Amino acid sequence: MSDTSYLAAFIAVAALATFATRIIPFLFFERHTEHPLIKHLGRYLPAAVMALLATVFLQRSGDWSAAVPGLDAILAGALVIAVHLWRRNALISIAAGTATYMLIRQTGVLELGLVG
Amino acid sequence: MNSLVFRLTLPILFGYLPLGMAFGVLFTTQLDYAWWAAPLMGVVIYAGAGQILAVSLLAASAGLLEVFIAMFVLNARHLFYGLSLLGQFRGAGWRKLYLIFGLTDETYSLLTSRPRSQDPTHELDVDVRITAFNQVYWVIGCILGALLGRNVAFDSTGIEFALVALFIVLTIEQLKALGDAFPVWAGAAAAGIAMLLLPPAHQLIGAIAIVTAVLLLQYRNLRARINAESKSHV
Repeated sequence: MSDTSYLAAFIAVAALATFATRIIPFLFFERHTEHPLIKHLGRYLPAAVMALLATVFLQRSGDWSAAVPGLDAILAGALVIAVHLWRRNALISIAAGTATYMLIRQTGVLELGLVG
Repeated sequence: MNSLVFRLTLPILFGYLPLGMAFGVLFTTQLDYAWWAAPLMGVVIYAGAGQILAVSLLAASAGLLEVFIAMFVLNARHLFYGLSLLGQFRGAGWRKLYLIFGLTDETYSLLTSRPRSQDPTHELDVDVRITAFNQVYWVIGCILGALLGRNVAFDSTGIEFALVALFIVLTIEQLKALGDAFPVWAGAAAAGIAMLLLPPAHQLIGAIAIVTAVLLLQYRNLRARINAESKSHV
């Protein structure tokens, strides 16, 4: 598959999957909105999925062969939590964490500090 | 009416422009595709976290089935948005499809929290405009970011951490809205188990399966307890 047709197929599939999550309730649940199981999942599943995604991607962004394994990701992640609890502004929290992570990655400042 | 809609959606403008730009920069600095594919994704996919995840999937040349599952799972929270809007969208006619397509986290929160008059036709018209305004902000953000990322040469190593940071922020917001930490711990534990037992390609779907099973068990226990209590009161 060429690059362009892969990208076109990718965008089509991603659009379809996203639209599916938005339209399914209107197609199938019109009569079941009051079912307690649906309500239970609606209440708890979003938080569980977010925590799961945060955990998986935090682990994947860490350098686990470093002197202190995963410290780069853990530091930046902890900063996001701290800034968000402090200011509760999503953009500031994301910018602070991402800038810190980029700084650590690009300068290797953690490794230098431990060696020196 | 448009000035009212603009005022209502102003906070979303301030959120969508920078986030759309972050996506656009990420797209053009991490990938070799044409810059206009970034705003195109904003037009046809229109999902913040989803599009940012899509950049890492594109970078890995992920298989299309994996793409479908990953995007579906990431956006699964939208399944529950629709449930609370079934009544509100009734009678919207052809515009209903667009209202459903544009149901992002931010649009959902605006549509469900704004004051409504007694005139449902007028209110649906406002709903459609809110949805369209928000998507325009998002696409403009994607365009600005894509052009910026293409024209300004800078070392973008590590910029993909924006996705992790976004998930952390959304977790905290969910936790605050819910006031119950159980699903957060269950989600994190399920991720831990899946990462220990499964290869990377199957970790997301594995963790989702585990945490859904946990929530179903929790539901069964809650029901059993409620039934036991109602019997003891008789």
